[in-house]
Amino acid sequence: MATASAVERETLRALPSDASRQVQWGFADRYDLQLLVQSSRAVARGPVARLVAGGGRNSHEWTEAKAALLEAFDQAGITAVFMEPEEGGLFAGPKNFALALIAFELAWVDGGAATASLAGCLALAPIHERGTEEQKQHYMKLAAPTTPGEDRKPWRGAFCLTEPIPYVGVDTGMLNGKIRIVEWKTGEEPILQVEKRGRFITNIGFANFVTTAVDSDDERIKGSCMVILEEADPGIFDRGTPTRKMVHQLSSTGDPIFNLRVPASRIVGGYDVKDGVLIPRYSHSEVIEAVFRRTRVTVGVMTTAKLLSAVEPIIRYQRGRFRGADTATPGSVRYELGLQAREDALHRLVDLWATGEASASLGFAAARVFDELDPLEKEVEKLYAERGISGGKAKAKFLRGVADEAVTLMQLPRDDARRSTLLSDLRLRFVALDSLADVLCPAAKLWNTGWGAQMMREAVSLMGGYGITEDCPGFLGNKWMDAQLEATYEGPEAVQRRQLSVTMTNPVFLAQFREWIREMREVASEHPGTGACALATAMKLWLWTLDHLQHSKDADGGRLYQSARQGVTFPLADALCWLVAARCQIVDVLRLEKSGANDASLAEGLPGLVKFMTDLCNVQSARASGEVARICAELVFGYDRHPAWDEDGKRACWHEDELDALENLMPGINSYAIDVIAGDGSHPAKAGPCVNCAGASRFLSLHAKLDGCLTGSRLAKDRAADAVSKMMIPEALDYPA
Amino acid sequence: MSNGYHIVVCAGIVPDPLQTLEPVMSGSTPALKNEMLLPAVLDPWAAHALYEAANLAAHAEGSKVWLVSAAPKSKLQQVMMNVAQKAAFELVPIDAPANGFADAHSVAEILAQAIHSISGLDRSRLLLFGGWESASRGAGVTMQLIGEQLEITDQFQGVDRFTVLPDGSLEIHERIEGGRHLVSICSGPPTVLGWATGNLPEPRNNPQVGMANMRTIMPALQKTKSTSLTQNVRYLSVMPPRQQRQTRIVKDRSAEEIAAELLEWISQE
Ligand SMILES: Cc1cc2nc3c(=O)[nH]c(=O)nc-3n(C[C@H](O)[C@H](O)[C@H](O)COP(=O)(O)OP(=O)(O)OC[C@H]3O[C@@H](n4cnc5c(N)ncnc54)[C@H](O)[C@@H]3O)c2cc1C
Repeated sequence: MATASAVERETLRALPSDASRQVQWGFADRYDLQLLVQSSRAVARGPVARLVAGGGRNSHEWTEAKAALLEAFDQAGITAVFMEPEEGGLFAGPKNFALALIAFELAWVDGGAATASLAGCLALAPIHERGTEEQKQHYMKLAAPTTPGEDRKPWRGAFCLTEPIPYVGVDTGMLNGKIRIVEWKTGEEPILQVEKRGRFITNIGFANFVTTAVDSDDERIKGSCMVILEEADPGIFDRGTPTRKMVHQLSSTGDPIFNLRVPASRIVGGYDVKDGVLIPRYSHSEVIEAVFRRTRVTVGVMTTAKLLSAVEPIIRYQRGRFRGADTATPGSVRYELGLQAREDALHRLVDLWATGEASASLGFAAARVFDELDPLEKEVEKLYAERGISGGKAKAKFLRGVADEAVTLMQLPRDDARRSTLLSDLRLRFVALDSLADVLCPAAKLWNTGWGAQMMREAVSLMGGYGITEDCPGFLGNKWMDAQLEATYEGPEAVQRRQLSVTMTNPVFLAQFREWIREMREVASEHPGTGACALATAMKLWLWTLDHLQHSKDADGGRLYQSARQGVTFPLADALCWLVAARCQIVDVLRLEKSGANDASLAEGLPGLVKFMTDLCNVQSARASGEVARICAELVFGYDRHPAWDEDGKRACWHEDELDALENLMPGINSYAIDVIAGDGSHPAKAGPCVNCAGASRFLSLHAKLDGCLTGSRLAKDRAADAVSKMMIPEALDYPA
Repeated sequence: MSNGYHIVVCAGIVPDPLQTLEPVMSGSTPALKNEMLLPAVLDPWAAHALYEAANLAAHAEGSKVWLVSAAPKSKLQQVMMNVAQKAAFELVPIDAPANGFADAHSVAEILAQAIHSISGLDRSRLLLFGGWESASRGAGVTMQLIGEQLEITDQFQGVDRFTVLPDGSLEIHERIEGGRHLVSICSGPPTVLGWATGNLPEPRNNPQVGMANMRTIMPALQKTKSTSLTQNVRYLSVMPPRQQRQTRIVKDRSAEEIAAELLEWISQE
């Protein structure tokens, strides 16, 4: 029996507990969410896992076994989360964080299960965000799970935007779905004919209603809108054949065809009539913008769960790899550590874990921001109504009115008295938070899923051949592939990059970003091991690069930072995501350290946990800084033309005879000169004379500084690796594989 | 029974059974390595008692269920996030360092005191439920001791079935050897029932139930004061039950021969 003193070493002792996650991810005071986590987990690791282990993913069809999961979701309170208590929901108030936690728990086992549950919310989201009061009441009630004794089947919905090629995909403006007025009796509701084909529509195998995007095909209807279709509407409601997808097979996907007659009251958000023209209150793009900016965060968190869920099975595999062999006797390194005796296996696992932590911190931070934003948005909507402001442009103008003040607010020191005055302005608070949400949402969707998919491949690799079999514990092979769908649906990476390339240049966001640089330096001085200092330098480098690109031209005089130049804007958006994720990770670990100490169930083992998490921050910050440095250097120099051995180039070089003459005056000059043209006109064997980096000296000094900031980051990785090789893990996974 | 039962369920918490349980000495008392860090669950035997209690209460109008638990309160709070969704009950928490190595007499004493001080508890309707065993060390005497402290002499251990007969008397099936049961009739409460596995499945989580329970659970947890436990037991050595696996493929052997060999193997321990 060991003695307790051996146990008390300050290193990670076990996998992070629920209590530590609650503190880290900011819901230690929300027992409603903690309950929800447990009920979602029970469904995920129970019926969902059993279905996957039993081969439930091996069919494209919507089966009874898959359908049974929907009922399990209903019973576990998962379906009701989206609704308000009066609609049959669980609790009042914003639901973004709650939905993110559910997605996390379900996707921990299977992404398709998460999708099947969340697609129902996606179908309701247009109604929830922009529907009329009657629409909200009607459809939420229909979709609410039944209560004991109630004889009703809850309605399920699908969200239908994407169309068969050549129409809607990334480009949501290319709508082919059409809407026409077929009957309009005086004083009565117009009757519409809706024609729409969908592609890859989730939940379509069983949906009772569909919210769909269509464009006007009638001069009596202005623009596009979203309409609600029901399966019993007169006409064609054809669910199409199931998509032969290789991912998320526990969800239903298909290419439906609709040709239905519906009353105009089905237009999401209602309509006005002016001069005999029916004007929908919201265009389809206004609705989907309001919807996606919330639901995309949840998708990001799904990939996060995959990464973190891979840690335990990998450790178990690594440790047990050689047990049972004649040469691996208990007590031997081979027996006790297995593959964990190999540095690379540990380092790669640390990278995976660090990515998972950063991804979780970013995703949940984004979800919390939307929870904060929701009530503000409602207040602002009221303001619009009071002041008679309508239409996208007028609203944007109204908000722009406080943009400068919002920038001022961001720049004020935290104890400045003017802050509270500024913060009392609702509009200003909204603009400030909105600028953050505008970045965090696409960042979480883009980075968590895109980079997450890459890291899932790494996770699969760590399990060797086992990783790509159906027998792999934790279903890692499935999760790798599933991550690719998460990077694709609800707007692929290109859509997120496009959005970021606009929102990240918002002066209000940039003011906040500058504040983060200051914050990270402050953190670094108090918590030097977090990697915050490197991150602050990388942030500066990014900011310098953005400014440079916004004001520079390429070798041919073309503007660099502009929407058509995705080669410039997209990589810079990627770079920002690395920074934002690493910052969120650090902020969460600081919260854990500070608040965890007050929690008795955390106090034991907290120093070791914080130390490990701090090392992961350091690892992640170093990686993020490296990515940012690489991207920025390519962008800053990549658009200048490299000097060549032509007349201009040679003019800037030393000539051998010049140097010889100078050698007499300045002995040794020959050895300093790099680009020297020989007497016969020949030049050194390289692409051209070295680049003169005039104008980029600030960049170079920041870059050099950043290199130095990485000092110690590999030591942090070594420490984290050591901890991973010593921590306790359970005897077996808590769900079947 | 017209106005139902007052069912008090005594349930501790134990590390999740999937965790690695490694005894270590902490001073002179043993403990489990990193026990505070490992996820905990309601002791499975006692959990069955809770499900049976909830079921009984649902079928006997006017009944009420209390769950009395001595455990480190922050860990108990985490366990409640799951357990509170399974059945309606009122929690009576006791913040005490109770674990598998605690002295069963001390644990029984603080539990008995806590039960004694439940306001409105009607002894004439009292059914004291718990596990006859525990998934921790399992002293197997705690329920009996609580019963004795509360002067309840009708005690049944290893209960698998409990039926209220039309005349209000209670029919109780206690597990004995060979998969058989001892059937007793008890005239009525108060009585102590140490449950074996019962017959009910684990109820599904229902966050609505959880939310309703939490309204009283959280304040109760906040109010509870830390209690110490006297330790009169001295441990010379502890070890987890050993698991052994010896696999051999045998053909052409009769069931009797295999059974005899298994018996011999088990008796070696
Ligand atoms: C399993 C599954 C479920 C789905 N569920 C739903 C659903 O429920 N409802 C729904 O409406 N849709 C759904 N979709 C559709 C999904 O949202 C679309 O597939 C996605 O938006 C991409 O559209 P696309 O496939 O037509 O890709 P395309 O538009 O053809 O884009 C392909 C690629 O081209 C590049 N690209 C395209 N446009 C640009 C640009 N402007 N700038 C730079 N690069 C560009 C990008 O690399 C992009 O990834 C689902 C898809 C799948 C696979």
